[in-house]
Amino acid sequence: MLYRRAGIRHTSYRAERALWPLPFDRYLVTAVMLFMLAAPFILDRLYVVAYLLPWIIWSMAALGLNLLMGGAGQIHLAYGAVMAIGAYTSVHMVRAGIPYEIAMLAGGLASASIGIVFGVAALRVKALYLAMSTLAMQYIVDFVISHVPAISGGTQATIQVPPVRFLGLRIEGDVPTYYFALAVCVVITLFMLNVHRTSFGRALAAVREKDYAAEVIGVDTFKYKLLAFWTSSFIGGVVGSVLVVCYLRSVSPDQFHIELSVQIVAMVIVGGLGSVLGSFFGAALILFTPIILNNLVGTLASSAGLALSADLRAHIPLMLYGALIVGFLVFEPLGLAKIYDNVRNYFLVWPFRHARR
Amino acid sequence: MDYWLIGELAVTGALVGLMYALVAVGIVLVYKTSGVANFAQGAIAMTGGYVAWAIAILFGAPMWVAIPLALVAMFGFGMLIEHAVLRHMIGQPVIMIIMVTFGIEIFLRGLMPGIFGVAVKRLDLGIPQAPLFLGEMLINRAYLVGGLISALLIGGAILLFNSRAGVVMRAVSDDQGASWSVGIRVERAIAMAWGLGAGTATASGILWGSTQGVDWSLSLLLLKALAIAILGGLDSIPGVLLAGLIVGVCESLATGIIDPLVGGGTRDIVASVIILITLLVRPYGLFGREHIERV
Repeated sequence: MLYRRAGIRHTSYRAERALWPLPFDRYLVTAVMLFMLAAPFILDRLYVVAYLLPWIIWSMAALGLNLLMGGAGQIHLAYGAVMAIGAYTSVHMVRAGIPYEIAMLAGGLASASIGIVFGVAALRVKALYLAMSTLAMQYIVDFVISHVPAISGGTQATIQVPPVRFLGLRIEGDVPTYYFALAVCVVITLFMLNVHRTSFGRALAAVREKDYAAEVIGVDTFKYKLLAFWTSSFIGGVVGSVLVVCYLRSVSPDQFHIELSVQIVAMVIVGGLGSVLGSFFGAALILFTPIILNNLVGTLASSAGLALSADLRAHIPLMLYGALIVGFLVFEPLGLAKIYDNVRNYFLVWPFRHARR
Repeated sequence: MDYWLIGELAVTGALVGLMYALVAVGIVLVYKTSGVANFAQGAIAMTGGYVAWAIAILFGAPMWVAIPLALVAMFGFGMLIEHAVLRHMIGQPVIMIIMVTFGIEIFLRGLMPGIFGVAVKRLDLGIPQAPLFLGEMLINRAYLVGGLISALLIGGAILLFNSRAGVVMRAVSDDQGASWSVGIRVERAIAMAWGLGAGTATASGILWGSTQGVDWSLSLLLLKALAIAILGGLDSIPGVLLAGLIVGVCESLATGIIDPLVGGGTRDIVASVIILITLLVRPYGLFGREHIERV
């Protein structure tokens, strides 16, 4: 219908290695990118600040975690804690007068170096132990942040983020923060798209498929697992820093509890392990479904006279995250990205179904 | 330092640790039979507490009826989870299976308070409130009864592993294919383990519910149970007993001694620190089998 092709047939290696081999994908990416760039001018302020900005930031977080979970097949249940380390490091550095360009990267480095400690503890053994060690990391980091006054300013404290400049531009107000987050998102997305084509990405794929088989063909499994952990935590730290500067604008310990980690894990699984596009889908679904569902339930409750308790409505997001994780893992382990792929592949050759690629 | 205080902390900690261990037994049972680490155990314990409360209060059943009913219902619930979810995951990578159980944990954590409300539910087992005096030590009767019942149930689990059903489960844990070929119903053994795991979780959910009330925070037992399971060795039930005592005593002493210095909250991270130290020093735990992976 839209593609009119009889499958993907490449005539040169160059075409095969392209990031978006299909012309339609290229047009789609361009269209989405143009829309995102124009959004502050054509959309209401509310939509940009309350929907697009969080979507961009949470998608970045999902991308970072996806490198570890989808790329290297390692589990991480403390991505919220990783983001917290980055956020607190960069906020404190900015408050100390260090330029934000450095503070942001330092946040990433701090996350990476602390995160890797917990990785080393567990990477000698199996995935199961990594899950436990990262779960422990979440609670330990939470505890340290809220109980060391030098970091959080006390258990109940909130630290305001001072206005920052990035490369001479003031990041203040709705439009500049939006563009800044979008720029970081584009960088991370391009990195994630390209990492599959590097030796690093291929080594990670080998480790994910079977770690001792990778070892047999000469991939240093331990080194690459640690590198994946390091890179993913670095991205997490940077995203945490962007999150507090662009969206939250103040930082307090309870923003980074296990709920955030669960949310991001759910995004990665629902979106599709190892898929860049899926991270965006997953972030959108996990962020917006509770809102839509809550509104739907609210209108249903008021129109049909259905009395739903506030407790039930408050717990809809948690139930939804759990149900989505279980449902996707049981019925479509590769997530929304796979569903998109199936639909696209169907229409790619429609109506000549026998010409499947 | 006051020795009576330390003694009191240690005894209370040991009793509490036994109650934690009861949650961990379920994790070990399931891991031993099917090799699945059950990250939903905390929420299952919470669900058990809610179910017992619902039967007792909403339907007005007396406690001695409500508790067996809740245990039976949760046994069925455990088998249902295995049947509806885990069976579809056979052959998938470990990371997927762990995430599925974690998904169940999150789902239940939302479902139960959503249905029954977030207010703390009182579950009265009829244990007197007055503390027991042992010399100068004050012992909470609820912990005493809870700890003793937990020890009995864990002992029962050890006995079970020497019975016929236990031999079947051990065979399945050793080699699923070989068990299959000699006529053991592998699915049934795994479903049984899930049912028993949910049953022990329910027992601990009820015991904890009677001491601190039933609410979502019961699902935080997951972390303590994981710490115990990993310290004792994931496939050893006697290990759970000892590890439970260690975790309970450490936690109680940390709360009593370190808390005043740092301003509270150490209780929550003792389990995390124990997990980390175990993984660094002895990842297969105190009594666990050292797993050798063959290429």
